[in-house]
Amino acid sequence: MIALVGALGVVAVGTGLLVFTVNSMARATFLLLASFVAVAVLLIAFGLGYLGTVIVLMMTIEMMIMAVFMVMLMMNPAGLMPMTMVHNRWGSWAIALVVFGLLAAGAWLVPFPTTGRAAQDPTVALGDALMGPQMLTMMTLGLALLATIVGTVAVAVSRR
Amino acid sequence: MTELVLRIALTVAAALVATGLYGALSQQSIVMIMMGLELVVNGLILGAGAFWWAGGGGTDASVLVVVLVTVMAVEMALGFAVALALYRARQVDLTDDAAELAG
Amino acid sequence: MAAGAGAVTAGDHPATPVVETLRLLAKQRRRTPADDPALARIGLTVLPVAAVLALAVVPLGDTAPVDLDVGVVWFNAMEVLAWFAVWVAGWGPNAVTSLAGGYRMLPLGLAYELPHMLAIITPAIAAGSLAPATIAAAQHDLWYAVWMPAAFVLYLVSVAAMAFWGPFAAPLGRDLAGGAVAEHAGLGRLLLHAGRWMLLTAGAAMAVPLFLGGGAPPPITGPDPFPGLPALWFAVKLVVVIGLLLAARRVVPMLRTARFVTLAWTVLIPLAVAQALVVTVVVLT
Repeated sequence: MIALVGALGVVAVGTGLLVFTVNSMARATFLLLASFVAVAVLLIAFGLGYLGTVIVLMMTIEMMIMAVFMVMLMMNPAGLMPMTMVHNRWGSWAIALVVFGLLAAGAWLVPFPTTGRAAQDPTVALGDALMGPQMLTMMTLGLALLATIVGTVAVAVSRR
Repeated sequence: MTELVLRIALTVAAALVATGLYGALSQQSIVMIMMGLELVVNGLILGAGAFWWAGGGGTDASVLVVVLVTVMAVEMALGFAVALALYRARQVDLTDDAAELAG
Repeated sequence: MAAGAGAVTAGDHPATPVVETLRLLAKQRRRTPADDPALARIGLTVLPVAAVLALAVVPLGDTAPVDLDVGVVWFNAMEVLAWFAVWVAGWGPNAVTSLAGGYRMLPLGLAYELPHMLAIITPAIAAGSLAPATIAAAQHDLWYAVWMPAAFVLYLVSVAAMAFWGPFAAPLGRDLAGGAVAEHAGLGRLLLHAGRWMLLTAGAAMAVPLFLGGGAPPPITGPDPFPGLPALWFAVKLVVVIGLLLAARRVVPMLRTARFVTLAWTVLIPLAVAQALVVTVVVLT
């Protein structure tokens, strides 16, 4: 398990870093998808088969839609004219490293209570929770998604 | 053993969050900024999954993953809607060009 | 004709697939200026791999090669990888017709995906499980194809669409000189054409456990004439499903993607929701 988490973690972070270094938007999309798939495989390895699979499903669709917008909106989607499109690179690095340091310190210094594996089927348990004690969460999510649908169409539709 | 795996997974999650933060802060293109935000949420999903595995039994962590996946979908949709509206109004896709949002 | 290569149609010689395969294997790859061959190759390789991974959770008889408890969702996730494969195959060569073909996959996907999801989740609701083997076992009295005909028909439509095949072949359309596959020769073209046939077969195979009772004999025949041969019943049903799809291809012309999107969002999705609702109410009462 340690080796699996380490290897897939390196893949997830490595592809995540490459997203911001490659020139081609199609490659950036693919690398981001690879990062998501690595995390999804880790979730499946943790025993969350349903959620991991749903993440692969959703992220593939999402990344492909993202690719359309990239090609539509960006001036250099294929990266055929290499150019840097960043501002305040070193400040961003500093903030990111400080945040990483704080979070990683927390991960290693805080004592976590560990109780071992779950007994119940996680998919059934999740469904029971969402349709029972967490019903309010589910309803909030549904409402948020409805508001998003209405809002995005209202914002994005052409007024001409 | 369980605790060590949890700590390693959380470190990876922290690295993903930091990478995404770097991208979101440094990139000029709105689409690339959204990719950075997605990476941040990706790290959070990994953290929630690791806590579920180590915590055992409860459903709170898996409900959190559902919430995070929804957050990602909402963020994508709203981000592209705003990017599209901005592009329609000004033909810009860079945040630096959109610093003045009035008018 | 290059546009027809690999796309074996009715009237071809029975040996055509073999000849085409050997011809494409021996042919050289084609490169275009300023292309992205690495990405295109990843996509072209992903397509058949995804089809095999989707087929892995389908019970071929009684048990699946990989008996996954969330098999239905896994199948769905693997089949969506085809969007990525086709888009990237179209993007890679840096050519107009090829890119337009790749782009056509996305509206096609957005049109078929929601009816497809609802159609595969309806048997899962009725059986109370996401494992295809359990869903098949829950149909020993009544096939779900009879109980939920709308979901079955929608599933067959979406199988043809997810394999961008038959009436939904717009991404590889002849009006685009082959679309996403236009600039691929040799092994790349073979992988794309073989991958879509594999995807179609995987989709047709999944129809058997979801709607046609898996490896069990039809409920109306009385005693099983071939006891203990679930793989045989599975094969017979698979041949029937593929026959239905092939027959549909002969009578339905190729749909323009925009018209299919309108049809999907105004007719197919409400129909799928209604079917799922009816089944849910029946299951709950």
